[in-house]
Order: sequence, then C-alpha cells, then structure tokens
Amino acid sequence: MPKRYVSIWFRQLLADWQLIRRPELSDVPFVFAAPDHGRNIITGVSQVAVSQGIETGMRAADAKALCPGLEVLDDKAGRSAKLLKGLGEWCIRYSPIVMVDDFSVDGLFLDVSGCTHLWGGERKYLKEIVSRLKSKGYTVRVAMADSPGAAWAIARFGKVTPLIAPGAHTESLLSLPPEALRLPEITLTKLRKLGFYQIRSFVGMPRSVLRRRFGEDFLTRLGQALGTADELITPLQLPVLFQERLPCLEPIKTRTGIEMAISRLLEHLCLRLQNEGKGLRTGLLTCYRIDGEVVQVSIGTSGATCSVPHLFKLFQLKIDQIRPALGIELFVLEAPKVDEILPGQEALWAGKPGLDDQSVIQLLDRVAGKMGADVIHRYVPAARYWPERSANRAVSITDKPTTEWHIDRPRPTELLNKPAPIEVMALIPDHPPKFFIYKGIQHSVVKADGPERIEREWWLDVGEHRDYYQVEDELGQRYWLFRSGHYGGEQRYQWFLHGFFA
Amino acid sequence: MNAKQELVNKLQQDILLWQGFKPQGTMTEEMIGLGAIEKAFPNGVFPRKAIHEFITVLPEHSAASDGFIGGLLSVLMKDGAACVWISTARKLFPVSLCTFNVEPDRIIFMDVTLEKDVLWIMEEALKCEGLAAVVAELNELSLIESRRLQLAVEESGVTGFILRKDARKAISTVATARWKISPVPSVTEDGMPGLGFPRWKVELTKVRNGNPGSWILEWGGDRFVEALPTLKTAAWYEHTERQIG
Repeated sequence: MPKRYVSIWFRQLLADWQLIRRPELSDVPFVFAAPDHGRNIITGVSQVAVSQGIETGMRAADAKALCPGLEVLDDKAGRSAKLLKGLGEWCIRYSPIVMVDDFSVDGLFLDVSGCTHLWGGERKYLKEIVSRLKSKGYTVRVAMADSPGAAWAIARFGKVTPLIAPGAHTESLLSLPPEALRLPEITLTKLRKLGFYQIRSFVGMPRSVLRRRFGEDFLTRLGQALGTADELITPLQLPVLFQERLPCLEPIKTRTGIEMAISRLLEHLCLRLQNEGKGLRTGLLTCYRIDGEVVQVSIGTSGATCSVPHLFKLFQLKIDQIRPALGIELFVLEAPKVDEILPGQEALWAGKPGLDDQSVIQLLDRVAGKMGADVIHRYVPAARYWPERSANRAVSITDKPTTEWHIDRPRPTELLNKPAPIEVMALIPDHPPKFFIYKGIQHSVVKADGPERIEREWWLDVGEHRDYYQVEDELGQRYWLFRSGHYGGEQRYQWFLHGFFA
Repeated sequence: MNAKQELVNKLQQDILLWQGFKPQGTMTEEMIGLGAIEKAFPNGVFPRKAIHEFITVLPEHSAASDGFIGGLLSVLMKDGAACVWISTARKLFPVSLCTFNVEPDRIIFMDVTLEKDVLWIMEEALKCEGLAAVVAELNELSLIESRRLQLAVEESGVTGFILRKDARKAISTVATARWKISPVPSVTEDGMPGLGFPRWKVELTKVRNGNPGSWILEWGGDRFVEALPTLKTAAWYEHTERQIG
C-alpha cells in the first residue's frame, strides 16, 4: 500500500490554547515569553498581536515598544510538547499512528495510509480534521503527501493545494523556499548567501557536491522531503498487537454479565494467539464505565498459555475488584506480553506427574493471581553446610537442582528461624549437656550424638562456629542443640536450641 | 451360622461400597508401608482419597508429625508428583525431608498470613489432580469447611493432611482419620551410645469405618518398621498426658 502522511501545523498553538481557557482575551494582543540568556523571548503570538507586526523570536521589550497594550504571559518549558501530546492522543481517532513533530514543536504527523476512505476520501478527511480542530478553537494548516517531510513543507509553505496527489510531491516542493526542508539556521544562512531561494535551484545538484558544502544532515532532510530517505516514526501510543474489544449495547452491571464479557473476549483472543503459535503471559482488562471512569485489572501467568478456562479462572479471581457503578459500556482485553508457545503433543494418556504438570502450573497461577507470587516458595539444594543457607529459593518452577541434597548428616524436621537461647548444665567440657532448660521446662538428656562442628562462612559474616549436638530427653523428644564458640573460662559461649527432630 | 456370617460380611462390603470405599484390585500396589496400622482402615487399605488430621499440641509433636507425614509422602510421591505444603508460620526444614526419602525440591511451599487463605489454597490444591498430596497447617476448621475439603478430595483423589494445634476443637470435622504422633525414646542396636532411628507412638484416635488403635513405629531409614510392643511399659508412658504452659 502506498504510504500517505498528513502534517498538522498549529499556527498559534499557545495562543489558541490560552483563548480557549480565557475567551475574554480575544480582542487583546498578547504574547507568551520565556527567559533566554537574560532576555524575555517571545514564544507564542496571538492573532491580534500578529496583525500589529509581532513575531515569535522577538524580544518582549521590543514588542512592547511596538504595541503598547501588549500583554506578556509566562511560558513554561515543555508546555507546547505537552499540549501537542494531548492533541496527538485526541487525533488517534483519525489514525492509529500519530507522532509529535519534534523538529519545530508545533505540529503533528499522522500516518494515514489506508485510513482516508473511512471518511469518504482524502479531501473530506483533511476537511474533517481542520473543521473539528477549528470548532475546538485551534487554527491549523494541514497537508497530505507521500512523505512526512513533503507534508510538513506543504503545510507550512505551500500556496496551491494542501492535497498533493500520490507521486507529485517532488514537483510541488520545487517552488518552496529551503526553510521547508526542516534545516538548521546555519545551513539556511549558507543557502541564502549562495542565492538558493528555491528548492528547485539545488535539488538537481550532485549529492557529493551538496554533502561537501552542507553536510550529511542536509542530504537526509532533502531525502526525507523527497521520500527517498526513511523517517523514524515514534508513535505516541504503541499499537497493541493482541487486543480485543467488546462494546455493549446496554451498560453491564452484574457479575454474570462481566463474566460473559470476559469469556467472550478470551475466546477471540485465545483463538488469535493459538493461530499465531503464541501464548499469553500477562493480560489486562480495561473496563470503560458510562460515568467516564476506567477500571483495570490484570493477570499474569507463569508460562505462556492460551487456555480459555484457565485464563477465565484467573480473571474470575479479580472480578471483585471491578466496580461497575452505573455500568460498563466497553471492555477491552489486551495481551501486552506474549511468548512463543511450544506445541505440545496430544497424548492419549496423561503424562508423568511432576512439577511441570499443567494442572500444577495452573494452580500456581491461580494462587499467585490471588495472593501474589511471593507466597509461593520452593527450594533447591545449595552446596553449603551452614543450616540456614543449606537451601536456596528456586527462581521458577522449572528450576532444577544443581547439586545433590546433603543426606549424610541428620537434620531436624523443624528448624527455628532464630536459635533460642537455653540454659544448660554440662559436666565435662565438649560433652553434650546433662540437662537444659527451654521455655522454663527442664529436659534431662538421656541420649546424645555429636558434636558436629559447623564453621561460619567467614566471607559472608563474622561470629563463632557452632558445635551441634543431637539429644534425646527422658520422654524421647529429640532436639538439636548447639554451643556457639569454644568451651572455656575466659571466652564467651552460649547454648542454643535450634530445632526439633522427628 | 456360616451362611449368616457370610451375609453379614456381604452387607458390610455393600455398606462400604455405598460409602465410597472401592474394593482394591491389586493390594500390593496400594500398600503405603504402615504394616499393621493399615489393618485398622476399612478394607485394610490406607485411604488415599481422604483427609487425615494430625493433632499436634507441642512443637515436639509437630516435628514428629512432620516426620511421619514425610514417610507417607515418600510413598505417595513415588511417581514423581509434586506436593503442596501450606502454612502460616512454617518451621519445617526442607532439607530434613531427605531423611524420609522425599526430594525437598518437589515440595511447593505456600506461606500466607491468614488461615482463610490457607483454606482457599488447600481447596484449590486438593482439586488439582497433578498433585500427590496437600499438607496444611491449620488451627480453625469448621465442619462445613472440612466437608468442602472432603468433597474436593473425593473428586480428585489427592491425599490431604491437616496439622492442627488445638486438640479441643478436634471433634467437629469430617476427617477420615485423626492421628496423634508423639515421640518415643529411640533404641540403638545392641545398646550402642547415641540416638537411633526416629521412633513414634502412633495413635489413631478416629477412623471412619475402621478400628482406632495405638502402635509404636520406627522410621527405618527407607520405610516404616514396627517396633516391639514391649516398649509400651517404659517410663515415658506416665508423662504423655503432662500439661505444659
């Protein structure tokens, strides 16, 4: 399809915006000015002020001398860009790809390829844009051409027609001044000095000559206007590839209604995903309410999936968060993140059960969707002896152990997060205690095993080593005790209870 | 007389069948390795499609129950299936499950703050057929909640274990079996010094359609081993009912 671009030029963007907010200024000449190098430079001029001979780039003091009743308003940095972004988002109704003109921040580009027939042709399309913006209070000039550069030039400098027929843009550019090429001031001065007042006078020159005189950027700009060089288009809103919309005739208020809407959207979306071999990783449901509010809920899955019942269950957990108020008129379901899905072979019988079982993964998704992913923990062995660090948190469900689990030494089934200090009585140094008092109860040790010395990992933290003893009291209850540090007179040491054996 | 006995047996079998106990075809496959304890259950088979309740008042008891469940899990998870362990204040040390022939990396822990969330996850997990078992540390469980869990179990066939701290409220659930596991002094071979294999007093205080009882059981490294009943007369017996707190 041949590309077509529209350039919209807001001639007095700031002034128009101010007039919409304060209509009483319509008869008063006013300008916007921003400080620059210690002077107040005019950045926006109203129509009344233009007729008195005031232009952008003048000093505010000079302008006041020209026109005594001039009102000077403060301009904020970035205000034009912000206004244009808002206008650009409004313009998405005309084309999905809208870009702010970042050379001279006073216009927009629209990629309108394949859009104009919806408005009954290119002429009607342009007319619609101009009249709608005018009715809002913005005076604009528009142009349509085969390249953004040409459209920009015609919108600002064209005198014949805003609508350049396909392929005719080169011709229409010839009579325009070099300013129409979006060139920096220094290049323009050079061109004027050489007597190039029209594009016609240099467009036929050899490229090497032009490059030597004016640099590579000049050639790029020329090429962009002629349509031979590419122009980078960064759209305001990236179009979402996987999106489904469901407008409702009647506003939806009930849970059943929302469930039906979700399942219908999911069916369409999953069919598209399946056809392209993709699976959903994150889903975003946006509900537009009739009172103008927007409600959003999102889900995430741990693996790419396009199973409707599973995704529906995940959304079902979130329905409580949707407040329909007076009703929802439009549901939009997006899949901002999708992944390739491996086509699984259809099996006649169920596969081997395990962690990668589909039903287990779906369970984890549901739990993560309701309570958050930090609820779920799984451990893989770590090659370490220090009990608190002997297992690592697994990153994902597919995380496989890299080392063997240590099974050579007995470990308690229950481990206290923080070892509890206990009082002990030990007869001989380095022997297990005779009895110990834990939580006010005295346990006399009948049998014991140990010690098992575990050194601290000195490269991670400082402190004493631990001598672990496995002890059994008179009731048969088994404990894991340790002495922190060496047994000795001067040295400090303390006994702790660290766990319970089965 | 003989005919009458046969009739009674037949009727008993029928009642069990109506209550959802299917006669097992291959007995050896279904054995869980509990030896004589399995005789206490209807049909002499450990019920897998059921909720088992463990009463643990002291931390020592919960450690013993964890070990006992670990031993059961080693059989239930033999085919490589995963297990979910839900708790609000987990103290279980994953590494220790290696002692009971369970790979700790096949256990998915879910740590939540509310009992209500534990119940929700447990019901969802019990409906998930890809799991071997679900263990939940719960204190509050009403009759209706336990019935919901039982229904979920009957549909999927996942074994459910509930560890409860409060013994007084134990009456009001529909659990198939209620256990109490308490540690018992271990015995070493030939009176060698040190500790022997973990040994427990396994009390089955309630079995639906079965016979409650009490046994001494030892984890023999790779399977449960029944210990000699003579140990019942040991000194620990007087202390089992002591109160702490």
